[in-house]
Amino acid sequence: MSASNVLVVAEHLDGVLAEVTFELLGLGRALASAAGGKLEVALLGSGMDQAASHLGGADRVLSVDHASLRGFHPEACVAALVQVLTEHPARTVLTSTTSMGMDLAAALAVRLQRPLIAYAQDARLEGDLLVATSQLYGGKLLVESAVEGDCVLSVLAGANPAAAGRVDGSPEVVAVAAPAALASCRLQWLEQIKPPAGDVDITQETVLVCVGRGIESEDNLPMAQELATALGGAVCSSRPIVDNKWLPKTRQVGKSGLRVAPKVYLALGVSGAPEHIEGMKDAGLIVAVNTDATAPIFEHAHYGTTEDLFDVVPALLERLR
Amino acid sequence: MNIAVPIKLVPDLVEELELNDDGSDLDHDALTYKINEFCDHALEEALQLKEAHGGSVTVLALDRDEADKALFTALAKGADRAIKVTGIDENTGTLTAAHAFRAALAGVEFDVLLTGVQAPDDREGQLGVLLASLLEIPHVSAVSEVSFDGGTVTLHKEFAGGVLARYQVAPKVVLGIQSARQAPRYAPVSRVRQLMKEASLDEIEVESPTNTSPEVRRVFRPTAGRGAEMLAGTTEDVAARIAELVLAHRGAR
Repeated sequence: MSASNVLVVAEHLDGVLAEVTFELLGLGRALASAAGGKLEVALLGSGMDQAASHLGGADRVLSVDHASLRGFHPEACVAALVQVLTEHPARTVLTSTTSMGMDLAAALAVRLQRPLIAYAQDARLEGDLLVATSQLYGGKLLVESAVEGDCVLSVLAGANPAAAGRVDGSPEVVAVAAPAALASCRLQWLEQIKPPAGDVDITQETVLVCVGRGIESEDNLPMAQELATALGGAVCSSRPIVDNKWLPKTRQVGKSGLRVAPKVYLALGVSGAPEHIEGMKDAGLIVAVNTDATAPIFEHAHYGTTEDLFDVVPALLERLR
Repeated sequence: MNIAVPIKLVPDLVEELELNDDGSDLDHDALTYKINEFCDHALEEALQLKEAHGGSVTVLALDRDEADKALFTALAKGADRAIKVTGIDENTGTLTAAHAFRAALAGVEFDVLLTGVQAPDDREGQLGVLLASLLEIPHVSAVSEVSFDGGTVTLHKEFAGGVLARYQVAPKVVLGIQSARQAPRYAPVSRVRQLMKEASLDEIEVESPTNTSPEVRRVFRPTAGRGAEMLAGTTEDVAARIAELVLAHRGAR
């Protein structure tokens, strides 16, 4: 029954599978089992044999091998996935909300004329309906959607356990011929650029003081730095701080930054959008300081206060002296 | 190059997000709308590109509360043309918005289309990718460092962990901007008010598209997962407790 199959789109950089691929495989297995279908995984790249050996969580690997897929190439990937789905129909396509997944999900939905549910944190079948809950508005609201029939689901990275999909050993690998369109892509991938070595490697720190939008001004960063120094840690930040160029990219925690798991994570004026939570939820102790009592960060922190950070931090510094 | 920037107006997330009585949608009338933060970055990058390479910047927004203000603000910042797209339900989803922008763009000359990479209400996907797919032109999301060289566009795409990839493409192309090369500029309120009196917005009416969106069953607030234990007492009490917790978990150095 091809119609009840689930297709996971594997994500990798240079053949190294991203954590989210296993998260999708875990969720995909639950959906495929409920529908009585197979779980298949699309592996797009060039020379990807090694990666297939980690995809034992799927029933089959559908592999497209082509030089144009050497680096992540949105146009080529979409064309290849359309080909994969033409030859191996699947009712549900699972991608993620990462930088890569974002370039695929909506494009596939339009090309295949399927509905898309994005930012899903979970999904289940209710009879013929696929029901998914999306985290929207910076994680402040959840929206439950239902679709019947074929669909694309874009799943939040970090929302599902990776262990459920991590099975070593390669399942059957089926080669799918690269479509002709891959030879005539308009977009050209030129090169991959590794991040420059940062002044501080925030993934190695024991204590992180994270500043978010609530820090208000670049002028207030020295206060956060002073606190980090007093605690023997480093300053990191959420995305808006880096987008404003107040701190370098090497200090950014979250989806487009780094995943960290320090012993202590002190979040100052961080709202806790899903993209940020993804990067820090495994910290040992999370303390959140935010005047907005409805900020999603409080869902994920162990301790919190709605006292103003500009009162709390000086008091904290005083106490640590 | 001529640059088009379709912008989204989204609820201000700093304010309380009120729901309607049956919990099926936001109470849109109770919300304040503002330009999506990423769209502001897309506009800034467009203006920077125009200042460096010439060409024009056209900004488009779907008609709703605050659309005029957002469009006049874009003009005050240096955009050449501002278009209000009418004929669409103002609380429409991103997919319908993409259809509407596609229809409106039929009357706009552009080489490069810059959008914000995402918006807080993108349940049906991101505007840029949807729009590119409807227009059947290439797209790249999470983009920074756009430059023009002769007839080609060079750009960086950001991946997790600070990894970048560099791409080149000949127009037309849609780029979902992650961050502009500098923080979005500020438009003086007096200048915006002056333009509201002196300048005018172009209007393009489009027919409401008949796409189908996934049915919304309910909208609700997350119930605290494990939830934080909120610290009680004075600022000093709170600081003392945080210091105690942090030092205990950090361990000895």
